[in-house]
Amino acid sequence: MAYETNGKTVEADEEGFLVNINDWNEDLAGLIAKDEGIDMSPEHWEVVNFLREYYAEYQIAPAVRVLTKAIAKKMGPEKGNNKYLYELFPYGPGKQACKIAGLPKPTGCV
Amino acid sequence: MGDKMEEEYEGGVVKKFMFVNRKAPYGTVYALEVLEMVLISAAFDQDVHVAFLDDGVYQIKKGQDTKDLGHKNFSPTYRALEGYDIEKLFVERESLEERGLSEADLLVDVEVVSRADMAKLMGEMDVVMTA
Repeated sequence: MAYETNGKTVEADEEGFLVNINDWNEDLAGLIAKDEGIDMSPEHWEVVNFLREYYAEYQIAPAVRVLTKAIAKKMGPEKGNNKYLYELFPYGPGKQACKIAGLPKPTGCV
Repeated sequence: MGDKMEEEYEGGVVKKFMFVNRKAPYGTVYALEVLEMVLISAAFDQDVHVAFLDDGVYQIKKGQDTKDLGHKNFSPTYRALEGYDIEKLFVERESLEERGLSEADLLVDVEVVSRADMAKLMGEMDVVMTA
């Protein structure tokens, strides 16, 4: 599949994950989120930006368990827990937030 | 999932696993594949050990630059292992010395052990996978 943004076509895999992470921009993130039925709030952006920083540092999309723990460490337990993250991303913070962040599907995620 | 299966899972057997890396990081897909296997293994609450010997020690050498190889530099991912609770990393001292390397050249915290101790350690594992 592909996304159309600002008159540009951006290639994605059959599940909607970007083929090339460098294609990502905030407009595209908003578009992917809309496809996922998510209206991006500052709280959503916080998680998406965190994922992008994580990827920049470690070159992988973290497993959801690892993401939750890392968010707890950085932003506190009121955000680093399953309930909070699944409310933001009902189909899974690993899968959905990574997709919006332009990252590949998390390793080990089926 | 049935009750019985769930019970077995809850009280699951924890085995000692060791993933042994013996090859240089690029040129073959082995290093990357093992790294992915290690990351996935973290989900199963097993006692995971990772060993680096022979040219495998180059996998965790600092300052890797893959621009001219046209290959993604995945060495930063080894530093993510800690967040996956995989902290038992072992490097064979002789393999480092034979390549003029020391612990200071490595990008993650490891335990450096002698060849004899590495052999002993492998003997204590339930499962050893080498690539």
